[in-house]
Amino acid sequence: MKERNFFNVVTIAIIALWLLIFAFIPNIMMFVISFFERSDTEFFKVAFTLDNYKSFFSSLYFQVLFNSFKMATITTVIVLLIGYPFAYMLARSNFKYKSLLAILVIIPYWTSALIRTYAIKVLLTTNGIINTVLETVGIIDAPLNLLYTEGAVILGLVYTLLPFMILPLYATIDKLDVRYIEAAGDLGASKFKVFTYIIIPLTVPGIIAGCLLVFLPSLGLFYIPDILGGAKNLLIGNLIKDQFLLARNWPFGSAVSNLLMIIMAFMLFAYYKSAKKINSKVL
Amino acid sequence: MKKTAFTSFPNIFRISSNFFADIISKKDYSIDNQSENILDNDTNEVVTLDVRRKVIVELKGINKSFDSKKVLDNLDLSIYNGEFLTLLGPSGCGKTTTLRIIGGFETADSGELFINGKLIKDEQPNKRGVNTVFQSYALFPHMTVYNNVAFGLKMNKIPKEDIHTRVMDILRIVKLEDYIDRKPHQLSGGQQQRVALARAVVNNPLVLLLDEPLSALDASLRKNMQNELKQLQRKLGITFIFVTHDQEEALSMSDRVVVMNNGVVEQIGSPKNVYENPTSLFVASFIGDINIFDAEVLGYTEDNLINAKVEGRICTVDTEKKLEVGQKFKLLLRPEDMLIEKISEVPDTEGLMLGNIEFKTYKGATLDTLIRLNNGKQIKASEFFNEEYEDLDYNYNEKVSIGWVSGWEVVITDERT
Repeated sequence: MKERNFFNVVTIAIIALWLLIFAFIPNIMMFVISFFERSDTEFFKVAFTLDNYKSFFSSLYFQVLFNSFKMATITTVIVLLIGYPFAYMLARSNFKYKSLLAILVIIPYWTSALIRTYAIKVLLTTNGIINTVLETVGIIDAPLNLLYTEGAVILGLVYTLLPFMILPLYATIDKLDVRYIEAAGDLGASKFKVFTYIIIPLTVPGIIAGCLLVFLPSLGLFYIPDILGGAKNLLIGNLIKDQFLLARNWPFGSAVSNLLMIIMAFMLFAYYKSAKKINSKVL
Repeated sequence: MKKTAFTSFPNIFRISSNFFADIISKKDYSIDNQSENILDNDTNEVVTLDVRRKVIVELKGINKSFDSKKVLDNLDLSIYNGEFLTLLGPSGCGKTTTLRIIGGFETADSGELFINGKLIKDEQPNKRGVNTVFQSYALFPHMTVYNNVAFGLKMNKIPKEDIHTRVMDILRIVKLEDYIDRKPHQLSGGQQQRVALARAVVNNPLVLLLDEPLSALDASLRKNMQNELKQLQRKLGITFIFVTHDQEEALSMSDRVVVMNNGVVEQIGSPKNVYENPTSLFVASFIGDINIFDAEVLGYTEDNLINAKVEGRICTVDTEKKLEVGQKFKLLLRPEDMLIEKISEVPDTEGLMLGNIEFKTYKGATLDTLIRLNNGKQIKASEFFNEEYEDLDYNYNEKVSIGWVSGWEVVITDERT
């Protein structure tokens, strides 16, 4: 018993220490720095100011925030539209090794995300595979302008974040008791009505989880807009990255980063509340 | 014979004969004036004398296999309008599959299904005029009691006002009108069960299918629900097809019991019929306790009884079956039909079947004993306490003689088990 207590204390201490050093302290530092002034020679100048937050709410940066939310929303909707039928077919299939199929969904993601994004770039460039094929077949005369568009960024985000939608949905649909579906059919519901009245409401927790897992990262994935969107598509993630690495304005980068975190925390809180409400209904 | 043979009649029948008298009297059909189903022992078919009764569900030559394992083997079954029919059998006997084929959740490999005279192909369940009460109810967890019950009516595009009247009517019948805004998880097991019933019944099905609906309830609730179900069936007049593996449930609720085993029907008959006149060893031993004696015909007596050697002793056997001299058969007797006498009270033990009391259990209404016959066979007896035998008791290992109420024995020549 004592040994076990010791083991418990040690493991928890390691995790706590890890979180303290690599998550809590950096966040506190970010929080503090966001109230400091910019310095040309140092990373920041120790002097209290609210200017970093004020300047974010100027129209230019607000536009970036709005654009980020727009892109994230579009991405989430597309991923949901692709992911739901995908997860549904996967979970409902009679295939013996369907959990293996679910693992296959993840396998491409073992490759570095950066490399996969560059691979998409190769597909989309002017002399890329898609343009070459379309030209050879004769569908188009001149190469299409695919790369460095909003569409390219959304494609990259959708591709990267798809498993984060499929997996939680797969888990909820797989758990869904087939007798609810049988009972609804027994009571005269068509396949479509079974889907809208029974299956969707009962998988709402999975839908919300999936949407959050897609929406939140797509706000922050800076390298995809960087590689596929060029300079044209500045998103909130890029803005933060640029402040730290290019503009060398740590205080402002910290302020934007904090704002993003507050927004995300707020959404997670909303999810927690709604999930609790739904779970108490469902279970 | 000191004990009255009729006290040993099983309890359940006493209840069913007058328990629902008030409900029964309102209907033109009832257990009492209903035609007697005569069992033809050769074909195992029920011949109904009453021609008024219409066949509502008919299965003809139904075959069904799962993964090359035969679940239903050329099944024929006719179900009459308004009856409470129970499919009874051990797990894997095909009873649930039969129900699911009628309900539209499975398709037979071959054979025909008629509901209300119409050949059914792949119609959706509600187009067949049947509804199912599922084993663990499958109530929609995200809907209130009201919406659960109204679901079928909504799906069938019934006008809103009618939906409200019908839902409230049925909820009053199952005594849940005060719970319309509850979610299923806020209800007790018995209440959930009643919502499940209401949800199915509100659609006015011709036939209600019930798939072991009581198995999730605890024992005392189960007994109550058995009564409630039975009463509801009488009140509504809907044909109930009930699946269970619980023989007591089957006997106490049904008008007719279909005993199934290995995908075939072993016997169909009234509860009394299958209990008292089992036609196979399987039915005899599946329904209730029974003692099975090996016997052989020696000849016939003057009053046309069979002289037989039963477990090595010469006895007379009263049966309507015609047996040949020398034919081996099984003699079946229910524990409550056994007559036990203390050997000390019998002056002459010559020719009697003898044994020792090996174990006894006091059951309140009965004293159950296990008796080891002299040839090593163990038998069960169940004796009722009555005025004459208030202090009925035995000592362990006490020597007793074993007999039975003449005419209550069942003769089976079929060797299958």
